[in-house]
Amino acid sequence: MAKIIVDGVEVDVPAEYTLLQAAELAGAEIPRFCFHERLSIAGNCRMCLVEVKGAPKPVASCAWGVRDCRPGPNGEPPEVFTKSPTVKKAREGVMEFLLINHPLDCPICDQGGQCDLQDQAMAYGVDTSRFHENKRAVTDKYLGPLVRTSMNRCIHCTRCIRFTAEVAGVPDLGAIWRGEDMEITSYLEKALGSELQANVADLCPVGALTHKPESFHYRPWELARTDSVDVMDAVGSSIRVDYRGREVMRILPRVNEDVNEEWITDKARHIVDGLRLQRLDRPYLRENGRLRPATWQEAFGAIAARMKGTDPKRIGAIVGDLPAVEEMYALKLLMQSLGVANIDARQDGTVLSPAYGRGSYLFNSTISGIEDADAILIVGSNPRIEGSLVNVRIRKRWRVAPPPIALIGENVDLTYSYEYLGAGPETLSDLAAGKHSFVEKLKNAERPLIIVGQGALSRPDGLAILSAVAQLAQSVGAVKEGWSGLSVLHTAASRVGALDLGFVPGEGGVTAREMAQGGMDVLFNLGADEIDIAPGAFVIYQGTHGDRGAHRADVILPGATYTEKSGTFVNTEGRVQIANRAAFAPGDAREDWAILRALSDVLGQRLPFDSLNALRQKLYADHPHFAAVESVQPADAAAAVQALAGLGGTPGREAFTSPIKDFYLTNPIARASGVMAECSALARELKLEAAE
Amino acid sequence: MLQDRDRIFTNLYGFHSPDLEAAKLRGAWDGTKFLLEKGRDWIIDEMKASGLRGRGGAGFPTGLKWSFMPKQSDGRPHYLVVNADESEPGTCKDREIMRNDPHLLVEGCLIASFAMGAHAAYIYIRGEYIAERHALQRAVDEAYAAKLIGKDNIHGYPFDLYVHHGAGAYICGEETALIESMEGKKGMPRLKPPFPANMGLYGCPTTVNNVESIAVAGTILRRGASWFAGIGRPNNVGTKLFCVSGHVNKPCNVEEAMGLTFRELIDRHCGGIRGGWDNLLAVIPGGSSVPLVPAEQIIDAPMDFDTLRNLKSGLGTAAVIVMDKSTDVVRAIARISYFYKHESCGQCTPCREGTGWMWRVLTRMAEGRAQKREIDMLLEVSTQIEGHTICALGDAAAWPVQGLIRHFRHEIEKRIDDYAANPNSESVMVAAE
Repeated sequence: MAKIIVDGVEVDVPAEYTLLQAAELAGAEIPRFCFHERLSIAGNCRMCLVEVKGAPKPVASCAWGVRDCRPGPNGEPPEVFTKSPTVKKAREGVMEFLLINHPLDCPICDQGGQCDLQDQAMAYGVDTSRFHENKRAVTDKYLGPLVRTSMNRCIHCTRCIRFTAEVAGVPDLGAIWRGEDMEITSYLEKALGSELQANVADLCPVGALTHKPESFHYRPWELARTDSVDVMDAVGSSIRVDYRGREVMRILPRVNEDVNEEWITDKARHIVDGLRLQRLDRPYLRENGRLRPATWQEAFGAIAARMKGTDPKRIGAIVGDLPAVEEMYALKLLMQSLGVANIDARQDGTVLSPAYGRGSYLFNSTISGIEDADAILIVGSNPRIEGSLVNVRIRKRWRVAPPPIALIGENVDLTYSYEYLGAGPETLSDLAAGKHSFVEKLKNAERPLIIVGQGALSRPDGLAILSAVAQLAQSVGAVKEGWSGLSVLHTAASRVGALDLGFVPGEGGVTAREMAQGGMDVLFNLGADEIDIAPGAFVIYQGTHGDRGAHRADVILPGATYTEKSGTFVNTEGRVQIANRAAFAPGDAREDWAILRALSDVLGQRLPFDSLNALRQKLYADHPHFAAVESVQPADAAAAVQALAGLGGTPGREAFTSPIKDFYLTNPIARASGVMAECSALARELKLEAAE
Repeated sequence: MLQDRDRIFTNLYGFHSPDLEAAKLRGAWDGTKFLLEKGRDWIIDEMKASGLRGRGGAGFPTGLKWSFMPKQSDGRPHYLVVNADESEPGTCKDREIMRNDPHLLVEGCLIASFAMGAHAAYIYIRGEYIAERHALQRAVDEAYAAKLIGKDNIHGYPFDLYVHHGAGAYICGEETALIESMEGKKGMPRLKPPFPANMGLYGCPTTVNNVESIAVAGTILRRGASWFAGIGRPNNVGTKLFCVSGHVNKPCNVEEAMGLTFRELIDRHCGGIRGGWDNLLAVIPGGSSVPLVPAEQIIDAPMDFDTLRNLKSGLGTAAVIVMDKSTDVVRAIARISYFYKHESCGQCTPCREGTGWMWRVLTRMAEGRAQKREIDMLLEVSTQIEGHTICALGDAAAWPVQGLIRHFRHEIEKRIDDYAANPNSESVMVAAE
């Protein structure tokens, strides 16, 4: 710790702190443009200049360390001034320089109202310009469908370059030319090739990079905000949903150090248009092979008529990737009361099950725990598209000091270098048998981490593979006191919640895939769109979008998306989070738990709650860990590994492939989004180009 | 006047061969092993005692700089980097060294590297210096062939020397930008601290020295620190290469004692000012980045670091640019301003935005197309750049402008008045064009 005096306030800070951090600790606010906590220090905007006693000229506080300051002649702590006339003059000078070539187009700039330059010009700017020359004009660049450029406004802070190079791990942005001709560009006028690219528009302190899909749609001061969580993948990124009136206008990341730091994927951000397109806004009934609009009474009546007298053994319920815990719980209770054992939330056919303990299906190390791992093995997963922010963490860990990282599965670009071990289960078996050199690296590691993806588990031999992974984890000591290094990476937001609820086939029940293949008379489909249901069954589809599930349905019950209801989601780590309602579901659509509650009445099995609170009270009584919102209830990973390792079995020979074929089109909301369709088409093109 | 026997660069004009054999006859590589055997500390102490100040422009004591290198390696290698990116307008001293006396440089590299525990040294040579690059490479090859340097050399100190070619950017003469460029990145100065002595080339302790500072090291050690310290004036000792250009009768490069007066320098070596001393307008005494000094102040001023600093200018690289009264001084400084606008790397705000602004205002002022209040504004803009940037290019861009306004404000005002009196004057038509 070192003492330092900031504006007369003495503070004790770690010596490695920068002056900017020390000043913030002492309560002095320092303006900045280029500095960002999560990016490397560039020190080029010069806005954060402060005066250090004894230094001949002002120093950039973002780059100057406390330990770089010399103590006074009698050993007094170094003294820093952030409000002195010198500092004010220096900052005003910098601000003037920034503004001379910055266009005066705030009234038509999308950044207006949320612009760092605008804000700080209020503090350090002057109302007239002394610059009588022509302003610089820069050609706008094409950066893809998500980021609009207006390069005249660029102040060359290089945050975008540093983000793409450091966090996203793609070399797509850079600066060319020199001096005042310097331009930020992708060199080749091609779209950015990252699934995190839209974050650069958040980072841009001015209006040079803005969000293209939502440009000119709103002013930030018109929006109200709701804190929520993202459901596009199982990472459960913290987001804020901004809405105007009934309509969701944009989605922004929220800082959550444990999960997404402050990034979100493009899919999480830009499915906003998918929330209003292709929506199911009233119930439908299939008559003579055609769906027709119906009333709730008609729909419920048709269901009741069909269910009456049907053998519970020939009734099933499948849950998809997006429902919240509340409606799954309601559906489970309803099915229980009907005596139905055929319930399953694993439409992709994954073998994970609560039977082996909660530790058998969680990302036990936690996402922030990746930063502590000192050897990483990825099995059957492409974390870059299955959990982009998990991949960001691995990359972050890799950038600190590359640990041994290896992959079994598809040999893809993960933005960091890794050892490619093999394509399928055979390599895994070699590893488990200790016949591979990488095993030594895992064994020598203090905290080895094995990440298993759904590519390895959602296949018929998944259980044998999971068992082999558990054996490997045991042999390298991945799970021990203080470290749980066997982590499952999920792809569906609702999956962990469903497994926590026990939404898997009961005694004598069959799995989702078996139900879909036939043998059911009535199939209740709660938002499962990634599964093909064979002809024959009477399908009740409760969901939000006119997607695959709705096309196969005989009755459609319109539900609410994650922005239109308050719902609990459990992310891949087992972190319980609540998504709050920002808008209302369109038309006759209702919140899902309420639909099930109403339906239960019609079916004569009234569920014992009349409000969401009552439902949650009962839920928390049955499953206490759901009450611990925003936290991870640690699971007993050791017992789970023990149980899994004991299963044994012989894995097949087929190579692992990622269950996600198209990152941008993984769920009904994304498939309804025009922006996502554009991204998807572009990504396919890029892929083709790369293959050439 | 410097005696011939006190000259270090005895082949500055290329009258003799730059080859190893000829260089040895002139004294290079003489007793180098003996010098190295005296040890690192002796060399550094001797360099400190010699009072040699860095010849690259800032005038930082060379021996002191060498002593900043860690005494013990912490496992990282040490590097010496020689800055041969001589791009300062007016400066052409290193060029002559590399062309005609390259072995002094090669020997200096070995000695300096030994003194700072570096087993590898890099010479970063300016992209435009093609012939010099070849000459230097030939000297390095000769030294390797004669086992003077290399892994297994006769001096018993494994040492490799590499010549690295720049691509011709002025900013790459800034030491950290040079290091960045050498690492294969865009030549943009780094933030300091950490200084190169802690984190330099490839993150290892590095010292960056000017060609001339390194090339004189061998001779200083051979002849003794007291010899070198005995030349010149206190705190400004030794010999220095002056590059005199501009309106003198015979522009030249010359090695002279520090602290000789400007009048001596011009009369003795350059055949006087064009049109006589009365025709002298101003002098830029240290390369384009220092403020100019008007005639009456410079004529009898000793040419050394401290005197020129007191004249609010600097010795810089001792590139003396002489301007007689035919010079359009405002236009001259506007052209220098253009140079800095063109060479600014664009990394930090004041320099990126400010250099272009200054150039544009000065261009208008050169025509008179400005307001008088803009003179003060220009001065203020230059002070807003000065001292607020990552590297010294901002300062270097601001100083010439400040010098102009300090000494030639009347000239600018006259220009503005003339233009205002006849704003729409047609330029004189030239016959038959």
